[in-house]
Amino acid sequence: MDYEKIKKSAALKQKIFSGVIYFFLAIWGLFVLFPFYWMILTSVKSYSAYNSEYIPKFFTLSPTMQNYIDAFTTVHLGRYLWNTLVFTVITTGLMMLVITLAAFAFARLEFPGKNLVFTLFLALMMIPNELVIITNFATITNLNLRNTFAGLILPSVTSVFYIYLLKENFAQVPDALYYAAKVDGTSDMKYLFKVMIPICKPTLVTVGILKVIECWNSYVWPRLITDDEAYYLVSNGIQEIRENGFGRENIPAMMAAVVVISLPLIVLFLLFRDKIMEGVSRGGTKG
Amino acid sequence: MEPTNKYKGWLYLLPAILFLGCFMVYPLVDVFVYSMEEGYNFASQTFFDTGFYNFSYVLHDPYFLQAVKNTFLMVVITVPLSTGIALLISVALSSIKPLRNLFQTIYFLPYVTNTLAVGLVFMILFKKTAYSDGLINLLIHLFGGPSVDFIEGPYPAKMFVMCLYIIWVVMPFKILLLTSALASVNEHYYNAAKVDGTSKFRIFYKITLPMISPTLFYLVITGFIGAFKEYSDAVALFGTNLNAAEMNTIVGYVYDMLYGDSGGYPSYASAAAIILFMIVMTITCINLLISKKHVHYV
Repeated sequence: MDYEKIKKSAALKQKIFSGVIYFFLAIWGLFVLFPFYWMILTSVKSYSAYNSEYIPKFFTLSPTMQNYIDAFTTVHLGRYLWNTLVFTVITTGLMMLVITLAAFAFARLEFPGKNLVFTLFLALMMIPNELVIITNFATITNLNLRNTFAGLILPSVTSVFYIYLLKENFAQVPDALYYAAKVDGTSDMKYLFKVMIPICKPTLVTVGILKVIECWNSYVWPRLITDDEAYYLVSNGIQEIRENGFGRENIPAMMAAVVVISLPLIVLFLLFRDKIMEGVSRGGTKG
Repeated sequence: MEPTNKYKGWLYLLPAILFLGCFMVYPLVDVFVYSMEEGYNFASQTFFDTGFYNFSYVLHDPYFLQAVKNTFLMVVITVPLSTGIALLISVALSSIKPLRNLFQTIYFLPYVTNTLAVGLVFMILFKKTAYSDGLINLLIHLFGGPSVDFIEGPYPAKMFVMCLYIIWVVMPFKILLLTSALASVNEHYYNAAKVDGTSKFRIFYKITLPMISPTLFYLVITGFIGAFKEYSDAVALFGTNLNAAEMNTIVGYVYDMLYGDSGGYPSYASAAAIILFMIVMTITCINLLISKKHVHYV
């Protein structure tokens, strides 16, 4: 009898407790999602409707696509997106090539001075970007590479951290495979591309996705190196739109541009959610 | 094997070494050279003298002092708050089963968004314009408070939005790392504690916290470093002219000195960057010393 009562009150307590937890989690979820909701909502409100709402409405009954059309026609959003795409694809592609070769050398090949170079590489991980960006700016300016894709891309095609991450993964591939390939007369290069890369594909994909995110959102370097609108990436583009674009008051069109810019990465995230989260917990640094 | 093969590894390393040499090692040396060259002229690439004048100029520049003050405030406010809330959320997340994946996905979204873009949303939520007071001000009205312009208004209001946005941005990383740390704590410890009838709070304090202390400590260190380098989030909220908005950060000062309307002074920029680096190093060393006492490595 008494025992039943205790059990019941314990269950009730448990229920209230988990209710409180869900409530708390939902509040944080709202805080995270609300800006997204607000930007989508604002982007489908018409210009006149938005400006006549002294008290902003939380929904709209007459959604319009006009702002999206404006975003692509009155400002150069399409060009910003194209520039960012080109920048992201070339930078990520080049980086993958450079770091794969380097990681392979560290993980598999034997050569004099290997340990020394590896230690030096690791030491470079501690160098903050802010310290080297000043000279890089001067270098690129003196090479007359401002407002070119080469200037945008060149300084960001190596990452010591990703070399390290990949080297650790390469080193896990059993030595026996390498010796077997050597007996068959396979060259190192062929071994790398036919054996190593297929085995380590998951890590390579993760590194690639993380780099894509980084490229898509990069702001500081592109801002320093481009002042010609024809070479703006999306981050600078949105800043340009904010300061000179639609006129400061056309917030709905601005929000449409924000939605268009945010969408590709959100789709990428939803597609590769587990890969991205696993990758970030192993090698992310933001925050 | 031919003797040339011995050096083949270097060939594979060559691209990486070239890029790192040009864009990391050389600049690292050069930044110290720049910082010592007084009166350096970017156009003619000449300078008058060498010495510590650049450092003294930067340290006496009111804009720099303002930037230092802003940066320290942001660090002091956001690092403890974001780490604390992330810990709370992660513990709550680990205690539930249904919907956990959904919550995790939602919480991670800010990580993959462009800070410049979403910063604009925060701006319109907090900004007071001729047409509307903005959503947040209406909420304040609802509770009977006076409306404030958070974007161009008083300093504490601006700092508040800034910190709120920084926390919004840095949270995903912290929650992700803490939830995986919590998941890796061995069940046996909890079961043993339960057999002894240990209270939930005591379990948390005596088992969970020590077990995840390495991750927590890692987050505090990276949090400090990240917050000291705060820049893009400020631009997202207040525009590129951060000095006028009184919201500049140390990194922002470096870039302003380098480029833009106030730019063209790489020597001052270098001096400021080196000062920033020294601050970050000092704080990290202090963190490491403190952690020796409190972090339990298994």
